Amino acid sequence: MLYGYGSQIWAGTLATCLLTLLTLVFSIIIGMIGALCKLSPNPLLRWTFTGYTTLIRSVPDLVIMLLVFYNLQELINAICTWAGWPQYQMDAFSAGVTTLSFIYGAYMTETFRGAIQSVPKGQLEAGYATGMAPLTVFRLILLPQLIRFALPGLNNNLQVIIKATALVSIIGLLDIVTVTQQAGRSTQQLFFFNLVAAAIYLCMTAVSLIVLSWLNRRYSAGVREVRL
Amino acid sequence: MSEILERYWQAYLGFGIPMTGLAMTIWILLLSVLFGTVLAIPMAIWRSSSNRWVSVPVRVYTFVFRGTPLYVQLLLVYTGLFSLSVVRGTPMLATFFRDGFNCVILAFTINTCAYMTEVLAGAIRAIPHGEIEAAQAFGFSRFRLYTKIILPSAFRRALPFYSNEVILVLHSTSLAFTATVPELLKVARDVNSATFNSLPAFGIAAILYAVLAMVLVALFRKAESKWLGFLKPAAV
Repeated sequence: MLYGYGSQIWAGTLATCLLTLLTLVFSIIIGMIGALCKLSPNPLLRWTFTGYTTLIRSVPDLVIMLLVFYNLQELINAICTWAGWPQYQMDAFSAGVTTLSFIYGAYMTETFRGAIQSVPKGQLEAGYATGMAPLTVFRLILLPQLIRFALPGLNNNLQVIIKATALVSIIGLLDIVTVTQQAGRSTQQLFFFNLVAAAIYLCMTAVSLIVLSWLNRRYSAGVREVRL
Repeated sequence: MSEILERYWQAYLGFGIPMTGLAMTIWILLLSVLFGTVLAIPMAIWRSSSNRWVSVPVRVYTFVFRGTPLYVQLLLVYTGLFSLSVVRGTPMLATFFRDGFNCVILAFTINTCAYMTEVLAGAIRAIPHGEIEAAQAFGFSRFRLYTKIILPSAFRRALPFYSNEVILVLHSTSLAFTATVPELLKVARDVNSATFNSLPAFGIAAILYAVLAMVLVALFRKAESKWLGFLKPAAV
């Protein structure tokens, strides 16, 4: 049915899924650190991350992707030489994950910043007043509530990340788009294989919507919504 | 950096014939936003209709085009449609789809229209129902209700989300080079392959995109303070 390209398309789909998941994890980590830094009293941290988020969000993903992709290896070489480590050759997949995480870390930073600000400040103060350590306050009071406030933004970001992974074919990764384009060219069925690619992406975004609505129900337990 | 700027600034800005670089980026942005908005108005009205036969097809359209990457949609229009024998056999369609620029505008318009439809439909749903009931009580016809009450109000309320959409279209214009349209990123890539100096080559493009985005944001802020004044808290 897929003109014998089924297994290759499956491999491309797995590559895209893995890329999405890794990007999601790393960008959440960057975003959480970024949000805490942007809200920190230290002006240097605040300004660094404000510059980072402003820059990333005003320049197209693809431009940053090419900018980072072409310069990342040089940067790694420079760091390795400076630190006296052996040279490290980066493969296309890690470069893709790094670039995408760098970009979506900025969007996550803004999502988490908004979410942290939505948690009533008095609750955190109450935590400190009862003698909790800052990490305990974060884990027991801030984090569980923050997740609920961050979920709609997280959902949007995930949708955008899934779609942005299509761009990695431009920097030479064997993802869904590359594989389907190759299959389409060699079988003269480009239209059909492009439709296959679109359908796979549609399934991925639909699945992510279902998972996030389940998470939303879980973390909104005990919260009454406004009825109009 | 200064050497590259001196040699290639005309290619980056590219206001002339043939159009390249920044000028081409702005031209793609203007056309896609214009066509996308014009098409989104009837779509949004259908989307918010209570008649399911009208609203469900629009919902399917926005789900499909918001759920798949624009790059895949562009490939579908640019490489996919042209590979069909029906398209190649019809002279008019063949000349249209052979041109990368046409394909870019078509793909971007369909894509951004899907997003704008949702933005505008959301704004229509957010209109206080009292306003619409008051107009109905005055005996407004359907046409007058839409042109005098619903659309002006929806456009204003949609403005902040609409500006996000326009910035997103600006960002997606960088995909046009994959259909051989000579926009800003294409120039940057050419400079990169001619000079092997990738940091300034892409850096200049990134700065130009950022400046353009900031200009757009400033313009929308101005528009918001002008047309959304009625939503602000009353001056004390």
